[in-house]
Amino acid sequence: MSAPGRAGHSPEMVEYSGAMNLDETELTLGLPGGESRGKSGTKRGFPDTIDLSIGAKRRSLTGGGEAAKDPDIAVAERREDEVSGTISSKPPATKTQVVGWPPVRSFRKNVMTKSCKFVKVAVDGAPYLRKVDLEMYSSYQQLLAALEGMFSCFTIRKYLKERKLMDPANGGEYVPTYEDKDGDWMLVGDVPWKMFVESCKRLRLMKGSEAVGLAPRASASTCTSSSS
Amino acid sequence: MSEDDEPGRPQPPDPGSKKTRNCAAVHPSPHPDRVLEIVLEHVLQFLTARRDRNAASLVCKSWYRTEALTRSHVFIGNCYSVSPSRVTARFPRVRSVAIKGRPRFADFNLMPLNWGAHFGPWVATMGKAYPWLERVYLKRMSLTDRDLCLLGDSFVGFKELELVCCDGFGTGGLAAIASKCSQLRVLDLSDTEVMNDGVDWISCFPEGETCLESLIFDYVECPINFEALESLVARSPALKKLRLNREVSLGQLYRLMVRAPQLTHLGTGAFGPSEAQGASDQEYDYASAFSACKSLVCLSGFREIVPEYLPAIYPVCANLVSLNLSHANINVEQLKPIICQCRKLQVLWVLDSVCDEGLKAVAAACPDLRELRVFPFDPQEDAEGPVSEVGLQAISEGCPKLESILYFCQRMTNAAVIAMSKNCPDLVVFRLCIMGRHQPDYVTREPMDEGFGAIVMNCKKLTRLATSGLMTDRAFAYIGKYGKLVRTLSVAFAGDSDTGLKYVLEGCHNLQKLEIRDSPFGDAALLSGLHHYYNMRFLWMSSCHLSRQGCREVARALPRLVVELLSYEGNEKMDDGAVDVLYMYRSLDGPRNDTSESVTIL
Repeated sequence: MSAPGRAGHSPEMVEYSGAMNLDETELTLGLPGGESRGKSGTKRGFPDTIDLSIGAKRRSLTGGGEAAKDPDIAVAERREDEVSGTISSKPPATKTQVVGWPPVRSFRKNVMTKSCKFVKVAVDGAPYLRKVDLEMYSSYQQLLAALEGMFSCFTIRKYLKERKLMDPANGGEYVPTYEDKDGDWMLVGDVPWKMFVESCKRLRLMKGSEAVGLAPRASASTCTSSSS
Repeated sequence: MSEDDEPGRPQPPDPGSKKTRNCAAVHPSPHPDRVLEIVLEHVLQFLTARRDRNAASLVCKSWYRTEALTRSHVFIGNCYSVSPSRVTARFPRVRSVAIKGRPRFADFNLMPLNWGAHFGPWVATMGKAYPWLERVYLKRMSLTDRDLCLLGDSFVGFKELELVCCDGFGTGGLAAIASKCSQLRVLDLSDTEVMNDGVDWISCFPEGETCLESLIFDYVECPINFEALESLVARSPALKKLRLNREVSLGQLYRLMVRAPQLTHLGTGAFGPSEAQGASDQEYDYASAFSACKSLVCLSGFREIVPEYLPAIYPVCANLVSLNLSHANINVEQLKPIICQCRKLQVLWVLDSVCDEGLKAVAAACPDLRELRVFPFDPQEDAEGPVSEVGLQAISEGCPKLESILYFCQRMTNAAVIAMSKNCPDLVVFRLCIMGRHQPDYVTREPMDEGFGAIVMNCKKLTRLATSGLMTDRAFAYIGKYGKLVRTLSVAFAGDSDTGLKYVLEGCHNLQKLEIRDSPFGDAALLSGLHHYYNMRFLWMSSCHLSRQGCREVARALPRLVVELLSYEGNEKMDDGAVDVLYMYRSLDGPRNDTSESVTIL
């Protein structure tokens, strides 16, 4: 069966990104008439694949028939140089996840996302602690909303970038901070959410005035002592 | 061949007929030929390995018949390779059956739903043919509640049910088994999905003492009636293996352990306090419970682990042969105090959260290690990679007796793989999963050809290989040339051309199971394996470069091969001839008739 689409592809690495705007420029190794086989997968089994055509110049349908029968390693050597020459670096991070890859059974994936990450939440001036499960949330926005719900005296300031909580009762601002794996106190919100969940050991809503000493991405010695 | 006449029974014309003869009740003066058969029956009782039995059955018709009469365990590697009635016709005295259904790639959502592998036809046929059936082992099959009911009703002395990676039934089906099978010794639901129908199956076991020796339900995602479970454990004095699901909290685990100190295998469930209990959780002396289990050799679970409680297992570490921490997100500091006490450990499953440092600790502490599996905490291609070639190298240096390894990582080098091939000559299973597709050697940027080549060259006992990373046809040349004992080969995103697959099909004479995905192998490569496909259990090729035409040629050339083309949702109507999935296997009974729309059989 002839497959004009197959031969003569350029050896550049091609990628199905799933993004609409790249469909037109997409080169694939699909068979003729194979349109964008990249419909996004329904629940089961549509693999969005990356077709890597290393050294495709020398590729043909019969797959190198002249050397087919000979398993001698030396024959393959000739090709290896071409191969090394065209290896590209790791594909850009925007690539889509592929169905069934890596080959980990679903119960392993599910289990990970269902794991709990309980951390204690302290509020300056409040007599008792609370606990939140960071795995329940997927963004800072959600976390702060939950904290607002817990300590019902607070409202989140509208300017989310500043990520402060207001106590209308005493007009004070509370700055969410957390203790990370290294024991340092950091401002909530600087690092990507996932990284935060990984490294956060406990939370503290610090009175605004005390938080002045904390700088974003401060690495050492930013402690809870107030500084002005 | 002459047949002895049983009094009153007409001489059957078919020499292949079976006599349900009891070996012990011998006719006073047996026909001379029968003497040989009787002797043979006694001798063949000692043959248990199925390959030996298969070989014996080929000697001559008499041996074939006698072997068939004395085979008590039947293994069906592919449920569609043979019909149930053919099995029951040949082997009339079977006590134990093992059947495998779907191919392994079905575990990763590569197979359309409802593809098949139904247990129904088997239980229906066996129910009539094998009233004395005691054991059923199923892997990747689909069962219904009704099938389980029928099983319980059909087999009076049923003893052992093992379901691995199965699905299709719910707690109602389990209740049927619990209530109907009064002789039940083993109920093993490893990795099996059970639908939560709300039936309290644990309460359905009969009252009074049970024969239970093994109760394994660690991945059954349904809440269970704990009081009933506690009572069941208390009245099962023979219970040796107990693996709990994650609904069981640490406190509940304690209560079960004190009732079953005789356990040898324990799956600890959550290994953390239940959410309901909160801060007022009763603090048991967990370490004492573990101390009391003097026979414990296999420990798993830790599904929702609170690492502070890990020291409770210290008392059993010295005797542990198998430890599964693959659900425990622990770091190297939490692993070290445990692993350094596990001097006898032979099997270890961990998460990559322990990092290369953790693997170095394992290498230092466990010289007897035979099997290691390192699973990814974050199974994504571009995630952080806490383990690498460093961990693999360390393991190879510290664990020379290693036989089986499964290693997920984000980066690897040929050097480390080559080192393992030399340091661990006893390797039988080598499965490396570099999670980034087409990833070359991290340091040299070369393909991983040399590493995998070294594995097949140096590990002379290798029977199972799974590859990953950037691989050219050269890697397959190595595999074809040196992988003479390889029976299972798993390939993903690898190779350059048809030549790669040709090397494998022409070189690997013992290849039984070949699963390939997303690799540039086409019709020419497929056709180069015609000489071998009847010797294989199956071939799976998905998202490769196959066409219907090529597959049809194979189907024509090999009439006893069932050639299935599976299409993914939305693709059924594509006429361009491209093939999503090719799944083909030999069969004595022709194509099956229980296919869904997404399946075409050529």
